[in-house]
Amino acid sequence: MYGKGIVKGLLVTAKHFFVSYFDDLKWIGRRYYKPAGLEHRSSKDVKGIFTVQYPEERVAVPEEFRFVPFLVYDVQEDGSHQDRCTSCGICAKVCPPQCIWIEQTSHPETGRPVPEPVEFFIDIDICMNCGYCAEYCPFDAIKMDHDYELASFDRHAKHIFNKERLSKPAEYYAGIRPENFGREEAIRLEKEAKKAAADKAKAEKAAAKADAAAE
Amino acid sequence: MTEETMIASPSVLETRFPDAVKRDERAGYEGFIVEAKKLIEVATALRDEMGYDFLSSVTGVDYIEEDKMEVVYHFYRSTGGRSLVLAVQVPRKKAVVPSLVAVFPGADFQEREAWDLLGIKFEGHPDLRRILMWEGFAGFPLRKDWKEPFYVEDQKPFGNRWPGGEVHRIEDLNQYGKNVVYPKGFDNPQNWKYEEEDILYENLQKLANEGKGEFATDQVVVNLGPQHPSTHGVFRMAVVLDGETIAALKPVMGYLHRNHEKIGERNTYLHNMPFTDRLDYLSSMSNNWGYALAVEKLLGPKGTVTERAEYLRVIMAELTRISNHLWAVGFLLNDLGAFFTPSLYAIQERELILDIFEATAGARMMCNYFRFGGVSRDLPPGVLEKIKGLVNDRLPRKVDELDRYLTENEIVRSRTEGVGVLTPEDAIAYSAVGPVLRASGVPYDIRRADPYGIYDRFDFDVAVRYHGDVYDRYIIRIDEIRQSLRILQQAVKSIPEGSVLDKNPYNVRVPAGESYGRVEGPKGELGYYLVSDGKTNPYRYHVRAPSFINLTALEKMCVGQKVADVVVILGSIDIVLGEVDR
Repeated sequence: MYGKGIVKGLLVTAKHFFVSYFDDLKWIGRRYYKPAGLEHRSSKDVKGIFTVQYPEERVAVPEEFRFVPFLVYDVQEDGSHQDRCTSCGICAKVCPPQCIWIEQTSHPETGRPVPEPVEFFIDIDICMNCGYCAEYCPFDAIKMDHDYELASFDRHAKHIFNKERLSKPAEYYAGIRPENFGREEAIRLEKEAKKAAADKAKAEKAAAKADAAAE
Repeated sequence: MTEETMIASPSVLETRFPDAVKRDERAGYEGFIVEAKKLIEVATALRDEMGYDFLSSVTGVDYIEEDKMEVVYHFYRSTGGRSLVLAVQVPRKKAVVPSLVAVFPGADFQEREAWDLLGIKFEGHPDLRRILMWEGFAGFPLRKDWKEPFYVEDQKPFGNRWPGGEVHRIEDLNQYGKNVVYPKGFDNPQNWKYEEEDILYENLQKLANEGKGEFATDQVVVNLGPQHPSTHGVFRMAVVLDGETIAALKPVMGYLHRNHEKIGERNTYLHNMPFTDRLDYLSSMSNNWGYALAVEKLLGPKGTVTERAEYLRVIMAELTRISNHLWAVGFLLNDLGAFFTPSLYAIQERELILDIFEATAGARMMCNYFRFGGVSRDLPPGVLEKIKGLVNDRLPRKVDELDRYLTENEIVRSRTEGVGVLTPEDAIAYSAVGPVLRASGVPYDIRRADPYGIYDRFDFDVAVRYHGDVYDRYIIRIDEIRQSLRILQQAVKSIPEGSVLDKNPYNVRVPAGESYGRVEGPKGELGYYLVSDGKTNPYRYHVRAPSFINLTALEKMCVGQKVADVVVILGSIDIVLGEVDR
């Protein structure tokens, strides 16, 4: 029968139309502006519309979500900030669009490089959010952010982030990426324990040697 | 003739053409070097006698130190099997190679591209104009001695980023850059003529009036695009209309050109991975895979992929195929005038797939997920369950619904059946790939014809349809989604535990040689041609973009059709301008 295909198609449209109301009724009062409703709307069981009412409600970004990088610092016991970055330059080398600039200095007396950058710039207009800097940093010092609302009124000076603008505490990092943070902390603690054990063994050996020499 | 006799020493080709063909003896190269004079003869013999009827890729390489230009051809059999590589070497100063368009019409755009970017002249090409660069561009950008404006260094990483770190906006340094060259006579725009534009229209008229003699009727030249919502981006079709019928058509492209390949040659091997995301931005996972494959081929045993990563690659690539085809089907209906209801029903499901990409790779579209020897990270907890839910439950249901919704619809059928027909012979000759080729009745799928990854372990059918019209190109995408779901259902069931990436060094060094990695992307054969000279950066990096080469057949499909159908035919090829223009 001519027109059967159209009728079948219209039935599908009608189903979509009614189902969206059924879903609204079933989830009445919970579907919008509630975390559970948001989760339902982005799951495979959703029946009605997917629409998220941004900015009133926001989709929770997954842990691996990556946006413009930031630098991690540890807060010391005395309250001072210790940069994790040692200005080794690996991030600047693996950066595909080359948007990272790092200024390294050397100690005025010894001439050896200081393990903290004097300045650190990222041109976020150029950054392509690939995540290489975070992936290849051996010190877990640069990580990808979750903050995706970076609009500003000035597109020249403000879009080159300096060290001050980029630095965020390790707590913030632990907050946005708990799994990754936990994994890295475990590795770090293990390394530290190993190092401490090695130091201890070394000290004992030295002491034994000294004893032997004294005898 | 079997594969072995082609590679054997001396091969059939060498015995057939003793003084024109010799084996490529350079370390890491595996093809044959052909005398330029005999190229057409050899190519014809390849096509007619040896079954290599599919010219997949044509590209050039500038070997500046040897003062040579090389044109590299990759031939395949449309029945499956490995490639046959031919190379033609000509002096750099007088780079002239006979054109293969008469034997393989699919060489048309690729030869134009090689002329445009490398300055290799193809003698006998019917319409050798620039294709990606703008009409008045001076110079050939992919030549090794050409430097771009704001040129910093030949190779990344650039020295001024570290340890000095003198930050600046490049625009502030020198407004116009250092290396801008203008064509002759450009200083007075009033007198300067867009010659190429005139040639375009002249050629169009010639095509339109072929065989009409003095009885030619009045015709109208119409430009569809570049700014037009139906062209899927910034793309233009210059058309000669005879009443309502298309008499001739030429695609004009390059509005989004950024010289991906030059950037790729400045980049290190690792740097290129996120750039490949931006080619066909709807299916970045497949793009990643093609590039990873090409580099892993060069790396040899060092590039072995871990078992779990192989499964993850298949899962991600097939999910990409589904999301891409949903997009293609949805927007084909848009092109037909069914505004947004079908396309939104389709891309709603795509949303759930993108959520999986975001949770795994960190981004919805620019995934940058593949590494040499594996993938960047494992699936986070809970994501495999999500994928299982999608491929076992939701997506099959939704594909059936889409099928019920559109396939039998009388309006869709009357608009698409018999429109834009491409015969199987033409499809092969024009180097059409992917759904376009398979809708024309050629069951050629690289996953079967020349398996890569672990596709040989899965049970699936190569979707094929036989009419070659827009309707078949629509329905084959639905078929392919179903086959992808079959692969996915097997993959999620049997994925093993283990590491996804054994070693991840940031400075990848690749042995010298050439390689061509190709995958069956959602749009067809996506190939990467790499030449390495043993340094950290590729010496030559070329992308064989499926949507670009599928456009070669656009004219063939459109001539004789009504102007209202051109938009639909273009939609049925499913192009992404990020890949067409590169």
